[in-house]
Amino acid sequence: MTLTVDETTPTGASSGDLLVVDDLRTHFRVPAGVVKAVDGVSLSIARGRTLGVVGESGSGKTVLSRSIMGLNVASNAVTTGSVRYDGEELVGRTPRQMRELWGSEMAMVFQDPMTSLNPVVKVGRQLTEHMRKHLGIGKAEARERAIELLKSVRIPEAEQRFDNYPHEMSGGMRQRVCIAIALACGPKMLFADEPTTALDVTVQHQILNLLAQQQRERHMTMILVTHDLGVVATRADEIAVMYAGKVVEKAPTELLFSEMRHPYTQALLWSIPKTSQPKHTRLSAILGRPPDLISPPPGCSFAPRCPYAQPQCTEVEPTLRSEGNELHQFACHIPVGTPENKAAFDRNLAAGMPQTLVAAGKMAAREDEPMTPGLTVPSEVDQNVIVRTAHLEQQQLAAEERAEAEGRSL
Amino acid sequence: MAGTGKAHLRTGDDTLLAVEDLVVEFPAGGGRKVHAVSGISFDIKAGETLGLVGESGCGKSTTGKALLQLPRPTSGSVRLKNDDLTTLDGEAMRRKRTDIQMIFQDPISSLNPRRTIGHVVAEPLQVWGPHGDDAQWQKVSEMLDAVGIDPDVARNKRPHEFSGGQCQRISIARALVMEPELIICDEPVSALDVSVQAQILNLLEDLKAKYGLTLVFIAHDLAVVKNISDRIAVMYLGKMCELSESDELYANPAHPYTKLLMESHPEPNPHAEIDESIVALGELPSPINPPSGCRFRTRCDRATDVCAAEEPQMRAVDAEHFVACHHPLVDVREVAIG
Repeated sequence: MTLTVDETTPTGASSGDLLVVDDLRTHFRVPAGVVKAVDGVSLSIARGRTLGVVGESGSGKTVLSRSIMGLNVASNAVTTGSVRYDGEELVGRTPRQMRELWGSEMAMVFQDPMTSLNPVVKVGRQLTEHMRKHLGIGKAEARERAIELLKSVRIPEAEQRFDNYPHEMSGGMRQRVCIAIALACGPKMLFADEPTTALDVTVQHQILNLLAQQQRERHMTMILVTHDLGVVATRADEIAVMYAGKVVEKAPTELLFSEMRHPYTQALLWSIPKTSQPKHTRLSAILGRPPDLISPPPGCSFAPRCPYAQPQCTEVEPTLRSEGNELHQFACHIPVGTPENKAAFDRNLAAGMPQTLVAAGKMAAREDEPMTPGLTVPSEVDQNVIVRTAHLEQQQLAAEERAEAEGRSL
Repeated sequence: MAGTGKAHLRTGDDTLLAVEDLVVEFPAGGGRKVHAVSGISFDIKAGETLGLVGESGCGKSTTGKALLQLPRPTSGSVRLKNDDLTTLDGEAMRRKRTDIQMIFQDPISSLNPRRTIGHVVAEPLQVWGPHGDDAQWQKVSEMLDAVGIDPDVARNKRPHEFSGGQCQRISIARALVMEPELIICDEPVSALDVSVQAQILNLLEDLKAKYGLTLVFIAHDLAVVKNISDRIAVMYLGKMCELSESDELYANPAHPYTKLLMESHPEPNPHAEIDESIVALGELPSPINPPSGCRFRTRCDRATDVCAAEEPQMRAVDAEHFVACHHPLVDVREVAIG
C-alpha cells in the first residue's frame, strides 16, 4: 500500500513512505517551444517496496526518475514541484548539495551497460572511486569491499575482474558491474532505468533476479523503469503507467492487470504478443503516435488514439481519481469497465471510428483474452470489422502523415 | 543442442529455400577461427515464415546474411528453388539477389540520411529497371502505399523527418520494390516501441498474404517470433537445437535451452511463476573454442558424459518437431521420420 497518493496534498502519503513526489514537472526549453517531458506527476513509495514505471519512448519515464534524483542538470531544464526524500525537500537543491545523496542515499542503474562505464578506466577504480569519497576509506579497504561487491553480484574471478577494462567483459557482466557500483555506498533507494533492455532474455532474467535479491538483502526501495509490462508484472509491487508526461493509471500490480481502468493501459497490454497466444494472432496495434509534448492536444492526451473517446475527452483534461479502491487511480472520464464506457464504445463503433473498429476486431477475434467485462461486439459487425481492420490501420496512418505534412508546411 | 543432422528436412516441390550443412567461419588471428555457424540445415516452403531465435552470438544474423552470400559461407549449400547460390559466380549471384531482400534492425541507420525517400526506395529500380522516372515512381508509390506511407508526402522528405516505425515501413517498401520471393527480416521490430511493433508485425503479415512472400524472421523475443512464424528454429552458439512448428514448440519444448529461453521470457502476467533462483549462469562459451559434443552442455543441468563426448543429432519428437539433444525433455521416437 505504497501508492497512497493525493492529488492536492502530499500529506496523503503515510509516514512509511521513503519518497513522496508531488506535482513534479520537468520542462525543457527548446527552440520550438517548451517540451513538457514530465507534467504534474504525483506518487509515493513506501520503504522496501518496488514501484514499476511503465511507458513507451517519450512518455517521460526516464526524465521522471532523473528529475527525482536531480540529474537533469542541463541549463534548459526546469524542474518544479516537490520531491520529498525521507522528509527532506530535494527540488531546488544544487548539484553540489545533491552530490551528498548520490551514491550513499540514492543510486541509479542505467539502461546501457556499454556506455555507462568509462571505457578507459579499469572497473576496479570505477567501483572504488565514490566509495573512498563517500565512506572515507583507504585504497586497500576499498579494494577489499569492491571485490566483495563483485562477488555479491556474481562476477566470477572477482579479483582478476577488478583490474579489467569494461571492454573485456560481456554486456551482462558490465551491467552487473554497474549494479555493484550503484550498491557500493549502500543506497536506500535504487533507480533502475531500463536495466535489462540491452540484454538477452536469459541475462535479463538473471539481472532482475539479482536486483530483487539485493533489494531484499539490503532493504532497498526500488523504482524500476521499463517499457516492458512483462518485466514489471512479476517484479513490482505497484505500477504507474505513464503517457505523455503524466501518470495515467497506477495501482498495485495484480489489480492493474485484473481490473485495468485506463484505455491506454488496456491498449498497451493488447498490443504485446504473448507466448500463450497461438501463432499468427492478430495484434491490436495502437493507432497513431504519442502526442507532441510541446503542444499536447487539449483534454486527455490519449483521446486521439482512444477507442472510447467522446467529445468531453478532447475538452476537459481528466485528473487522477479512484472508484472504490483508493489504491487504484486512473485519469479517465470514461474508464474501462463502466456502462458509460460500453455506451461510448458502441457509439464510436456505429460512427466507424478507426481505432474503435480496430479494438472491435480485437475483441471479436479473441475471446480467450480477459477483456472489458460486459463489453460485447454486436454480432452483425464482427466479420466486416475484422476484414476492414487491417485496411483501416493503414488508411489512418496515411491520413495522419498527410495531416502532419500539411501542418509542417504551414 | 549444438546438434547436427537433417532428420528435420522435408521433401516436396514447394520448397523455396533449402540450406544444408551451412558453415560460416571468420578468421580470428593467430590461425584461430570464430565458429559463427557450424553446420545447420533447414528448409522453407513457399509462403512459410521461419523464425530464427536465440541469444546474441548464436549465429542467427550470420545465418541470415549467409543466405544472401554476404559473406559467402565457408561450406554448405543454399538452394533457392533450383539454384545453389554458393556455386554461382559474382555476376550470377548479383542477379539472383533481386529475389532475396533484407530488412535490418535499426530502421533509421539503414536509410541513407542524405537521400530523399523517393530516391531511397527507387534505388533498386535504377539498377534493375524498369527505367524511366514515371515507371519507377509508379512502382515506388504503389509500395509506399502498401506499407501505409503516403507516397506524395514522403517523396521529397528525408529519413530524419520520420519516426522509427515509419522508417521501418520505408525499409520494407524498399525491400518490396524488387518483388522478392524471400525477405530476410533481421530483428525488424526490436528497436521499436510495443505499440509500433504491433503495427509492423501486422503489416508484415498483411504484405505476406498480399504478395505471397516467404519470410525468414530473426529475433530474440520469443513472443514476437511465435506470433509471426509458422516454424521456429532455436539456435545456440552456431548450432541448431530444436526446430518445430510454432505452437507445438511452445506447448512442448524438448530442448533444455528452449525451456530456459521460455522461462526467462517475461510474460505480462502478474501470476506468472518466476524462478528466482537463477542469479548467474555460465557465460556464453567462446565461439572461437566451443565446447565439445553438445555446445550447450556447459550451461545445461541435464548434461552427462555423453554430452561432452558425442554431438547430438536431430531426432524427431513428432511429425513437425525435431530436437538435437541426448536428454530431451520429451520422449523421442527412435526412428527418424522421413
